[in-house]
Amino acid sequence: MRTMDTTQRAPGLVLRILPFGRYTRGPGSVVERSMRVHSRTWVIMVSGFAEPVVYLVAFQIGFGALVGQVAGPGGQPVDYVAFVAPALLAASAMNGAIFETTYPVFFKLRYAKVYDAMLATPLGPVDIALGEISWAVIRGGAYSVAFVVVMMGLVGSPFALLLVPAALLVSFAFASVGMALSTFLRSPSQFDYIRLMVMPLFLFSATFYPVSVYPDSVRWLVQVSPLYHGVELMRGLAAGVLDPSMIGHIGVLAALAAVGVAATSRRIGALLLG
Amino acid sequence: MARDGEGDEREPHPMVSGKALVKRFGGIAAVAGIDVEVRRGESFGFLGPNGAGKSSTMRMIACVSPRSDGELRVLGMDPETDGPRIRARIGVVPQLDNLDVELTVRQNLQVYGRYFGLSRAHVRAKAVELMAFAELSDRADDQVEPLSGGMKRRLTIARSMVNDPELLLLDEPTTGLDPQARHLLWGRLYQLKQQGVTQIITTHDMHEAEQLCDRLVVMDGGQIVAEGSPSNLIGRFSTREVLELRFAPGKQDGQITRVADLADRHEVLPDRLLLYADDGEATLEAVHARGVRPVSTLIRRSTLEDVFLRLTGRSLVE
Ligand SMILES: Nc1ncnc2c1ncn2[C@@H]1O[C@H](COP(=O)(O)OP(=O)(O)OP(=O)(O)O)[C@@H](O)[C@H]1O
Ligand SMILES: [Mg+2]
Repeated sequence: MRTMDTTQRAPGLVLRILPFGRYTRGPGSVVERSMRVHSRTWVIMVSGFAEPVVYLVAFQIGFGALVGQVAGPGGQPVDYVAFVAPALLAASAMNGAIFETTYPVFFKLRYAKVYDAMLATPLGPVDIALGEISWAVIRGGAYSVAFVVVMMGLVGSPFALLLVPAALLVSFAFASVGMALSTFLRSPSQFDYIRLMVMPLFLFSATFYPVSVYPDSVRWLVQVSPLYHGVELMRGLAAGVLDPSMIGHIGVLAALAAVGVAATSRRIGALLLG
Repeated sequence: MARDGEGDEREPHPMVSGKALVKRFGGIAAVAGIDVEVRRGESFGFLGPNGAGKSSTMRMIACVSPRSDGELRVLGMDPETDGPRIRARIGVVPQLDNLDVELTVRQNLQVYGRYFGLSRAHVRAKAVELMAFAELSDRADDQVEPLSGGMKRRLTIARSMVNDPELLLLDEPTTGLDPQARHLLWGRLYQLKQQGVTQIITTHDMHEAEQLCDRLVVMDGGQIVAEGSPSNLIGRFSTREVLELRFAPGKQDGQITRVADLADRHEVLPDRLLLYADDGEATLEAVHARGVRPVSTLIRRSTLEDVFLRLTGRSLVE
């Protein structure tokens, strides 16, 4: 018998105690695959960052002069650009996460059979889910850092730095849900359904104006939107107005992330381990 | 402690052992209760027509498809509970290539090795070794998509060895390979066997089964219809020689009734008659003596193909 590489011995004690250990050997190698794939497509990465920045600059030039000041999180007046920038970041974190976990995941799952190949190794469905979602978050994170740098130039609040972890959380929540949804799609044309869901989220999650402009009867609808929680969280952080309601926003996003990971893992298991 | 018999040298556990193993898809039993045992170091074959349940069995052994019923142990462990540990020690060549089309040849090997938790340095060296093995060194940094079918197959096989597996599962490994590549692969598999790697191979190719397998089972309709070494199966289920008679188109009908009694057994195929006898030459003389005039005749040794025909009533080569 030939000797094995020392890195693949029986799992350690912790992995044996945790039932998770059976299914996850470390999503790191799944992330590594994505890094290799994208090592030469940095042009796409640049465009992913450019989009929200272009928005931001457009708002600064256009609405900045037109709208002037609006009521910010604590009720104090803020520049419109300072008001809308955190929301744009939240929306772009959402869009990036959804983009990364829908078509590419669908392609790997249904056509390229990348996950089938992974499942023939010690990796399990949870590794795949966590690995792919992590990659989306890492990529989204790179965009947010760049965005925040530009934003600090425009808005100038040091609190803006807090937006980076918040943007990661928003990415995580939407990447999880996006990947879970992708496992249910059967043909590329069905991506239109996802686009159909994302569009109203983008427009009506208090992104461009405060939730107070909606009549009471529909306000709850806005508050159901997961992006709304991201927008409120980030707007508050950017203004430096910390509020207990933020715990609720974080809770909603974290819960979405957890549900998404669990659902994705189950679906991949059900589809590929038949 | 050693409940699984793992590492117990006196009575080593079989590499694979299945008892009354069943795989159902909805109502259909793709594998309908089979008993198999694969011993360490042997090359074991699953032979059978399309839909016999070969791949379904392989997937259960590879721990990517839970069994519906019966017992299964792979490397002395239960796939249900020890899937990742088992998969860490086996190599899998699926029936259909699933190479990573977003990566190069080299990256395919390296990234796959990383899925096993192997170190970066290790997989870097391993990839070079395996590309040489698969004769793909000059395509190392090419994308996978433009490779020929045979090259892809070779890469898939090379990939399955990245973790130095003790057990290799090869589902129709040579389908789509040209004769040269096929002989190359047979040579490599023989080499691995010498190194003690146990192999389980499915195939439609009788010649391949005779070349590679120490022992094989013939499957049909989810069941095992015969088991043994190639020569043992031929001895049990066929005669020493076979006489093949070909007739001009449309002239074959009715001929069999004139010669059937000359042979131990016969088969009527769409394009020829097969007469099974220990002495083909003598049988051919007797055929001629009866005034039967085929356009061509062939006397050959019995092969697994004949065993298969006998057992399933069907030819493997469509
Ligand atoms: N995922 C699945 N869902 C439903 N039925 C399946 C599935 N996989 C296999 N089957 C059925 O199980 C039976 C056995 O299929 P299997 O792929 O094991 O055959 P095989 O011996 O490998 O055939 P081939 O030589 O064509 O590869 C077939 O009737 C097939 O339709
Ligand atoms: Mg098959």
